Amino acid sequence: MSAAARKHADAVLPAGSRRFDRRRLMALVAKESHQALRDPSTLLIAFVLPVVLLLLFAYAVSLDARDVRVGVVLESPGASAQSLAAAFSGTRFLDVHFAHDRREVADQLVSGALRGYVVIPQDFEQRLARHGSEPLVQIITDGSYPNTANYVENYARGVVQSWRAGRAIDAPAQAVVLEPRYWFNPELESRRALIPGAIAIVMTIIGTMLTALVVAREWERGTMEAVLSTPASVAEILIGKLLPYFVLGMLSTLGAAALAVFVFGVPLHGSLAALLLLSAVFMVPALGQGLLISSLARNQFLAAQIALFTGFLPAFMLSGFLYEIDAMPAPIRAVTHLIPARYFVESLKTVFLAGDFWAVFVPNLLAMAAIGAVFFGLAQRATRKNLE
Amino acid sequence: MGPQAASVASQPGQHDAAVVIDGVGKRFGEVQALRGLSATIRYGRLTGLVGPDGAGKTTLMRIMTGLLVPDAGSVALAGFDVVKDNDAIHVASGYMPQRFGLYEDLSVMENMRLYARLRGMDADRHTDLFAELLEFTRLGPFTKRLAGKLSGGMKQKLGLACALMARPKVLLLDEPGVGVDPVSRQDLWRMVQALTDEGMAVVWSTAYLDEAERCESVLLLNQGKLLFDGPPQTLTAQLEGRSFRLENVGAERRAVLTQALDLPSVSDGVIQGAGVRVVLREGADTEQIQSLANQARVELAPVPARFEDAFIDLLGGGPGGTSALAGQLPPVELGSDIAVSCRHLTKRFGPFTATDSVSFEVHKGEIFGLLGPNGAGKSTTFKMLCGLLKPTAGEAHVVGLDLRRATGAAKSRLGYMAQKFSLYGLLSVRQNLEFSAGVYQLEGQTRRERIEEMIATFDLGDWLSATPDSLPLGHKQRLALACSLMHRPPVLFLDEPTSGVDPITRREFWTHINGLARKGVTIMVTTHFMDEAEYCDRVAMLSRARLIALDTPDALKRMAVTPQRPDPTMEDAFIHLVESTERDIEAAA
Repeated sequence: MSAAARKHADAVLPAGSRRFDRRRLMALVAKESHQALRDPSTLLIAFVLPVVLLLLFAYAVSLDARDVRVGVVLESPGASAQSLAAAFSGTRFLDVHFAHDRREVADQLVSGALRGYVVIPQDFEQRLARHGSEPLVQIITDGSYPNTANYVENYARGVVQSWRAGRAIDAPAQAVVLEPRYWFNPELESRRALIPGAIAIVMTIIGTMLTALVVAREWERGTMEAVLSTPASVAEILIGKLLPYFVLGMLSTLGAAALAVFVFGVPLHGSLAALLLLSAVFMVPALGQGLLISSLARNQFLAAQIALFTGFLPAFMLSGFLYEIDAMPAPIRAVTHLIPARYFVESLKTVFLAGDFWAVFVPNLLAMAAIGAVFFGLAQRATRKNLE
Repeated sequence: MGPQAASVASQPGQHDAAVVIDGVGKRFGEVQALRGLSATIRYGRLTGLVGPDGAGKTTLMRIMTGLLVPDAGSVALAGFDVVKDNDAIHVASGYMPQRFGLYEDLSVMENMRLYARLRGMDADRHTDLFAELLEFTRLGPFTKRLAGKLSGGMKQKLGLACALMARPKVLLLDEPGVGVDPVSRQDLWRMVQALTDEGMAVVWSTAYLDEAERCESVLLLNQGKLLFDGPPQTLTAQLEGRSFRLENVGAERRAVLTQALDLPSVSDGVIQGAGVRVVLREGADTEQIQSLANQARVELAPVPARFEDAFIDLLGGGPGGTSALAGQLPPVELGSDIAVSCRHLTKRFGPFTATDSVSFEVHKGEIFGLLGPNGAGKSTTFKMLCGLLKPTAGEAHVVGLDLRRATGAAKSRLGYMAQKFSLYGLLSVRQNLEFSAGVYQLEGQTRRERIEEMIATFDLGDWLSATPDSLPLGHKQRLALACSLMHRPPVLFLDEPTSGVDPITRREFWTHINGLARKGVTIMVTTHFMDEAEYCDRVAMLSRARLIALDTPDALKRMAVTPQRPDPTMEDAFIHLVESTERDIEAAA
């Protein structure tokens, strides 16, 4: 090489030995962005997967019982019985099939065609007239689907009660009638509670899974060894790796939030700023966990498995996204405190369905930041040992 | 050496010391990778770090670049301690790891820009340096190509360009010659020569002992210990007058080699084309070998010593010549003289043709070599011949059975030893043997007898309950061979059987193979060790999916004879053949 090359080299030496260099960091960020944009699987995970997940939770997975098939056996020919039967057929939550013989519906219950049936007995008119404590109707449900059975029972009770209340206008002495009101989700649509939670799942996939994979890929392909042998420091390499995925995660959140509000009609009662702040802070433990996994596994297959079991599944099962944390046994409930997604799901539900309640956000933000700090501390230690 | 380098080298004392290694030790768990190693690497010189796989070359390289911390001793590179001044090491050294360390999904230019900026340079201001590096590596026309789409040789050149960014004082290259075709390898040598001429210290690590001869100075490692430090000529000079060749032995060469190796005065011997090359023990005279030559009615000629001779001698000589295994085997009977044949064998993977219309016939009892650099198509061809891959077109027969129709029947008549031995790490040695007996449907008495016979032949009795991974390399190789021979196949396929194996284990292996061939077993072998092709009766040379030559090793070498090169090596022959085929293609186009 010529003297020109040597001159450059001399000029470079002092800058090269600095511990943290912004230009080197930018070079690494530019490289990572090039790679991310060129790799179709990254874009698939960041932008297509969230749409698929949201669609799934909006339409396919519904925790609401709607149009449950039940039978109504009308054994009494009386006018009141007819009017009660009409009340059943008038609801939009039950899909009512009428019969005159309980043997007909019993078979259908066994075969699974019906989830339950209501018998309006032959002596219905007399029972009604007696005003006694005797039950008016018999409700049979399919106990192999406990949730649905519960729902059918309660709903059928409700129908009978409100039918009675309707008649009570001309008849006296009706006891207290409850009129339930559900806050934050007046129609009790599970979609509204699920979609904000689904954003947490998407961010976990990008933050933990994708990051674990891309860092493990560098170890696997030997590019990490080459980069470590340059003057770039461990901090630069790691931040250069995470920054692009942080941005990607935030973009993906924005996209998912827009989809939730404009397509699925989930209200955003809180502010966009609060949503972004919460998401940004959640990225800290998510990325930290991904980084820690990759520096321990250093191989893509293993990294994907660990990310699945320690990141994705807990975020799915233990965050309060699908299953209520209060309903879990105490030991499991204690474990959920270690899952960053738990704090994020709670905050997301609040910011979407209730509004900006900083009394809820602040402890959650602190918890996420603390877990993130632990992950980063461990990852830094694991990576500092470089090739050993 | 250029005049400038000469002036650097003439400086006295430690001033010309690029790397000072002082008592370095390194242990990974149970394995002692380096033991008390001390040496000095100087500026303006190409230093070879030579040794078989597992000798500790990569560990030493990584310690020198500050990527590993030594357990004992210290290393100073360009005056900086690799542990205390770790940051300075990364500035003063350029390192090219063994595996391609560049981003395959970035283009050539993007990779170069990244490394320039990581080393604190601005690609826009240093256009002259970029132009210079592109010119130097001849990568100019390919700047927009993705690094993953480059050939093996071009990848290494790009790696070199990135390692040379910001002009390091010490350049460390970890096995740059692996996966590179001989033509590109020549290019790399030329580039490294130019760099040392300017005063840079270049370390080139290699498992190929022939590469060591090209270095100005050599550090020879074996099992973590330094065996030799100095110019390779110094080492080979010690063996002057001890290397001989029995010329034109012809068909009897395997028998002659066996006899020669069993002579007490012979330390090492190999087959070289139609001849047998031997190295005598220190202080031994030529009486015994001369009488063997007389008995075989051939001429005994002195030949220059090679670095490999010296290496084997340092380790106390090669193994004996008689294979206990071959003694056990009954001679192979086959219906026809043709053991393996293929016609217009072709394999395409999408638009990529891996094997392009290859045809040849292999005779019974022949050792047939498939030779070529990585990516030339030898593995694909090989896998089609043993029924592991379905050809896109053409046909292949093994012992008269059509591989497309009677794949199962053909497979039961052939033995296959895969690369890296492919033994079951979680099974013991005995369980591995039992498994392979079971897989080849040996039952009852035969099965017990055959297993006991293999244990006795390969001397595995002391290792039966050990796991294969804990075996010494030589025993591991014996076990793999035993497993593939369990059903006494008339045809044996060996895929890169000796890659990563030290020269002594390699010789022991060839002793067995020679013995098998003498019993009439047909051996098909792939290798990228050009020297190893000398053991073959005939060699098929593959380059870019095509069969470019098929002949005896001697005939192939004769094609490359020029007045300047009266005694070419297999590698010379290969380069010559590739270049002349390429000229023919250009002339035709």
